[in-house]
Amino acid sequence: MNLVRNHVLISIDAGTIMAGARAVEKALVDEINRQGLAGEIAVLETGSIGATGQGVVIVVYPEGLYYANVTPEDASEIVEEHLLKGRPVKRLIMTEMPRQQVIRKEKTGLLKEQARIVLRNSGVINPENIDEYIAEGGYEGIERAFTELKPAGVIKEIKDSGLVGRGGAAFTTAMKWDFASKAPGDPKYIICNADEGEPGTFKDRLILEGDPHKLIEGMMLAGYAVGAAKGFIYIRGEYALSIERLEKAITQARLYGLLGENILESGFSFDLAVMKGAGAYVCGEETALIESLEGKRGHPRNKPPYPVTEGLWGKPTVVNNVETLANVPEIIRNGAAWYRGYGTDKCPGTKVYTIIGNVATPGLIEAEMGTTLRDIIYEYAGGIKEGKKFKGALVGGAAGAFMGPEMLDAKMDFVNLKEYAAVLGSGAILVMDESTDIVGMLQSVLHFFKHESCGHCVPCRLGTKQLVEIVDRIAGGKGKVEDIESLVKISEVMRDTSFCPLGQSLNLPISSSLKYFRDEVYGRVQQPA
Amino acid sequence: MSQEKQCQCAEVQEEELYPRLEEVIMEHRGKGQDLIMVLHKAQNLFGYLPKKAQEMVAEGLNVSLNEVYGVITFYNFFSTVPQGRNSVKVCLGTACYVRGSQEVLDKAQKELGIKVGGTTEDRRYSLDVVRCIGACGLAPAMLVNEDVYGRVKSPHLPDILAKYE
Repeated sequence: MNLVRNHVLISIDAGTIMAGARAVEKALVDEINRQGLAGEIAVLETGSIGATGQGVVIVVYPEGLYYANVTPEDASEIVEEHLLKGRPVKRLIMTEMPRQQVIRKEKTGLLKEQARIVLRNSGVINPENIDEYIAEGGYEGIERAFTELKPAGVIKEIKDSGLVGRGGAAFTTAMKWDFASKAPGDPKYIICNADEGEPGTFKDRLILEGDPHKLIEGMMLAGYAVGAAKGFIYIRGEYALSIERLEKAITQARLYGLLGENILESGFSFDLAVMKGAGAYVCGEETALIESLEGKRGHPRNKPPYPVTEGLWGKPTVVNNVETLANVPEIIRNGAAWYRGYGTDKCPGTKVYTIIGNVATPGLIEAEMGTTLRDIIYEYAGGIKEGKKFKGALVGGAAGAFMGPEMLDAKMDFVNLKEYAAVLGSGAILVMDESTDIVGMLQSVLHFFKHESCGHCVPCRLGTKQLVEIVDRIAGGKGKVEDIESLVKISEVMRDTSFCPLGQSLNLPISSSLKYFRDEVYGRVQQPA
Repeated sequence: MSQEKQCQCAEVQEEELYPRLEEVIMEHRGKGQDLIMVLHKAQNLFGYLPKKAQEMVAEGLNVSLNEVYGVITFYNFFSTVPQGRNSVKVCLGTACYVRGSQEVLDKAQKELGIKVGGTTEDRRYSLDVVRCIGACGLAPAMLVNEDVYGRVKSPHLPDILAKYE
């Protein structure tokens, strides 16, 4: 690497590309060349830095200064003033900064405050360059696994860390791996569930785009632990940039001998393939995903047998979420005790949240387990937009639960939320201000589920249709009190009798909306005479 | 350009694409498990999945036509009707819905004179809805082909649409 004076990081993700990031990048490079600064200043692409809606974002190091809404026309001023003369361009300095980005661990030692494990590299390294991942300690986990831990040791380390799945169900990761490693059958498979379809969730996308090698290393470790030689990444067809980055990363890893036969002379062979999904929400359910990987309609299977004993093509299979797997290399590299330093006793580690809706700075944050909803909204996301009042939040995706103001101080983790009949789910937090219409929200959720019900089982296929008709009636002002009771009753039957979590989980948004916004919902129906 | 002429050229192109589909199928011959991958490639070629292509895929991968059709209709991504040259997709995911994407969709239907799932007569645009494209921070969002538009308000629509020929 050349000795450069300044690094200019330009955030490249779907949002910034849309805002013209490529044009800004070109303008910056041209201007740097024109000023004869090519050897001194490097322009690097990085993944999302976790701020959305602020146009093209660049960061100038070593100052660590953020500029927002940069246009190609600003390039000459930035180069001339800041990079040449050392005077920051004040009018472009980002004002609404994502908090976790402000505190850089190397400057303040406040790693605890920042709590970035999964997103540690996102927005910091160039995701298209394997060397940068390695420079940040990447692939050290797999090295430790080969030389020190061996497969059983990897499972033990993950077990000691207390890692649970981050896809929504919160199943103990080590247990899944242990079952699969002991299950008879050969070959075994690792599947990464990157079919991120939960409305309001785009955390996996940021991991895939910002740090694809972390996922690859996580899958290698899972493969090593359970004795699988082949892994599949089932990814949403819509995630074009993620697919491109991932395929590039896999090619690089192969070139470095980190994927393929006899990796690092360990005797362990492992390779990966990317499989594009075709747009079906139900394929986020692991057995439906497996059906889809086999080239079929994505109908969920009967359980048991579970995938750990009979999964892809009837062989033992581990299905893990992107965020879960992205935790794994850090745990193996730093040890379970280090990991337990984050989060709560029952729920160690961090959670990546996508926080959206009526907040000042929507985007992605990673916070320790046990952080309150209030801190997430007011500390990380800048509070409610336009100074309005907080009304409630839909937490955990469309199949999640509404929470009212009384829940602001509840500690957010998988175990604690269960006590309030709420879920962390995929980590989507949709914040609603005082002007939001709860019935309209329910309508949107129920329409979504009707559209995505796969039609396999009766309660879900017919239930979602009925629920939509009823909620539309209520929204149209023609509903009756009995209609609200029917919503509850139908969703309860669906919860108890549906084949897979899609139909089972609809009761949650319905019952929780009535729990916190009962008067509003009842106010929308015709009052009995 | 007259409409008739355009339709003809689309048909001519379609005929020319079948040998290329044949090549794709050759790579996956007899492998039923590759069905979705092959359908992705076929749809990339034609823009939709014409019946003849479905039959070729079924035959080549050794699965029944019934199964192929079942898979196509199950997944949102696949279409059996011709698509416009530009696909307009309005996101109706929860976050976008809250931020007013229904209004954007209504305006798009009015502007294009078609309903959701339809294609304009000149085959310039197709209109669809999607449920979340992972751009919730930019809600309401829409897609035109591969381009994402965020914070869309209905008055922006004519300008956005005009960019695509």
